[in-house]
Amino acid sequence: MRTLKFLLRKEFRQIFRDPAILRLILIMPVIQLLILPWAADYEIKKIKLAVVDHDHSEYSRKLINKITSAGYFILTDYSSSYEQSLEKIEYDKADLVLQIPSHFEKELVKENEAKLFMAINAINGVKANLGGAYLRTIIQDYNREVRMEWIQLPKFSPEVQIEVASSNWFNPLMNYKYFMVPGILVILLTMVGTNLTAINIVKEKEIGTIEQINVTPIKKYHFILGKLIPFWIMGLFVLTIGLTIARLAYGIIPAGSFLTIYVFAAVYLLAVLGLGLLISTYSVNQQQSMLLSFFLMMIFILLGGLYTSIDSMPEWAKWITRFNPVSYFIEVMRMVVLKGSSLADIKFHLFKVFGFAVVFISWAIFSYHKRS
Amino acid sequence: MSNTVITANKLTKRFGDFVAVDQISFDVHKGEIFGFLGANGAGKTTAMRMLCGLLFPSSGEATVAGFDVFKENEKIKKSIGYMSQKFSLYEDLTVKENMEFYGGIYHMTDKYIKEKTAYILNHLHLEKEGNVLVKSLPPGWKQKLAFSVAIFHEPGIVFLDEPTGGVDPVTRREFWNMIYEASERGTTIFVTTHYMDEAEYCSRVSIMVDGRIDALDTPGNLKKYHNASSMDEVFLQLARKARRSE
Repeated sequence: MRTLKFLLRKEFRQIFRDPAILRLILIMPVIQLLILPWAADYEIKKIKLAVVDHDHSEYSRKLINKITSAGYFILTDYSSSYEQSLEKIEYDKADLVLQIPSHFEKELVKENEAKLFMAINAINGVKANLGGAYLRTIIQDYNREVRMEWIQLPKFSPEVQIEVASSNWFNPLMNYKYFMVPGILVILLTMVGTNLTAINIVKEKEIGTIEQINVTPIKKYHFILGKLIPFWIMGLFVLTIGLTIARLAYGIIPAGSFLTIYVFAAVYLLAVLGLGLLISTYSVNQQQSMLLSFFLMMIFILLGGLYTSIDSMPEWAKWITRFNPVSYFIEVMRMVVLKGSSLADIKFHLFKVFGFAVVFISWAIFSYHKRS
Repeated sequence: MSNTVITANKLTKRFGDFVAVDQISFDVHKGEIFGFLGANGAGKTTAMRMLCGLLFPSSGEATVAGFDVFKENEKIKKSIGYMSQKFSLYEDLTVKENMEFYGGIYHMTDKYIKEKTAYILNHLHLEKEGNVLVKSLPPGWKQKLAFSVAIFHEPGIVFLDEPTGGVDPVTRREFWNMIYEASERGTTIFVTTHYMDEAEYCSRVSIMVDGRIDALDTPGNLKKYHNASSMDEVFLQLARKARRSE
């Protein structure tokens, strides 16, 4: 115990003397949480639309009017040549081209049927998909309106129509910030925890102090605890800053209890710090450890369910996410913050993350040798 | 036996096909200053790291302070001090904090740490620098400080790996005075160097060439045997045979 006291005292002195670490744990969470949620928006707006109108009729104008008034599209080009608007796509001046053929109005009125053509710039897959879907919905809507004008509706509509009324549970206004902020906080905690630990130990390797430690009769677990405890406390501190910002800047107050979040975070941090330790035992210098943790972070973040839903991933990717501690914490954060889940609801997540902690830390202790 | 604190018998370290230390055998007696000489890459540091329990030997036998280097390496660590080639005090801790930390790791009491720190600072005329961060000290002082910290817990044996590398002649002289003082208190000194004038200060000297010990005797006997006027000449005669360099 006494050895640990000396190790902790040394570690905290070094942390408080290192302006880089202080900046990292104070300023990074503030900036990331204040800026990222505004930029990381799921909604697609400002889709650039080019219209090729060969008809120039009342109906075609009505259609264009309806599309542009929906708020999602900006009419960037209105021409009468398909080639010309395709060029707009090539120069990235348009995401979608809607071609209205000549005789559009005539056919609609006479034949009761008309064709439109849509060309989509699929370089940005999300934008193309959603843009196309929005446009289709608007056109269908337009279609209905036109019919309504023409037909005197009988008491019962001849067409069977199913209307869906939906209400959004847990996040009634579909405020994506409620969804993003807890997730970003998890990423932050993961990066701070892993990187600080990894870099700290590798730095001792680089400057040679670890050799001086290895030649003392210090116990391996003392040394590792001496490294884990300070950064564990730092992690909980970052979490506190993050939750405060979530509340002050976005008015996010967890529906569940803070205790649940802190209990889970406490265990989660052990796993993350254990991973940092592990990275440090396999790296010789800071560059190596940075590259290794960047590599892992990329996978953890992309397969963590923050930006893309895990449910819609292919089976093999889902299988990988089961080995990703980040995915568990993101899910738990959303459950607790939005649904108000309790410790009992998240106990399986807790056990799994505890498992990660045990594996990572024992692996790190096992692979750290005082003698090479 | 009670007079022998380090024994090595055919101690060997291989890295793949490369034999860094090739069956070296020697004894170090209690209280002597044992010089470990050799050109760069001769295997001095590797041999020392094996004795300190930092590197696993490939074969042979060795004991330090009566403990086996293969099995009892952690016990060895209680009885030795070590100063590596790289400067390895914490630069972002003060002089006092470094001493407190290493004293604490060796289970010294708070009171004793305090007394000892005061004594050393006084002895090195560094009373004013006690609360100064180590990184702001000049290199020579750092070196002397590192030695003081290596023997802070009063080990029976201290290993010094090129302790005077890159230090000016005056400081080197002072450093050796510190080594003599420690030796007079009964500490055994195991020191590697490639300054031949320093070799003259040692009780006995071994010269490593290509991983083997080619000569081991007092500086006086070595000079006589090789018909040389200085250790420098002795060393050049032996080192010329070396086939490998860094």
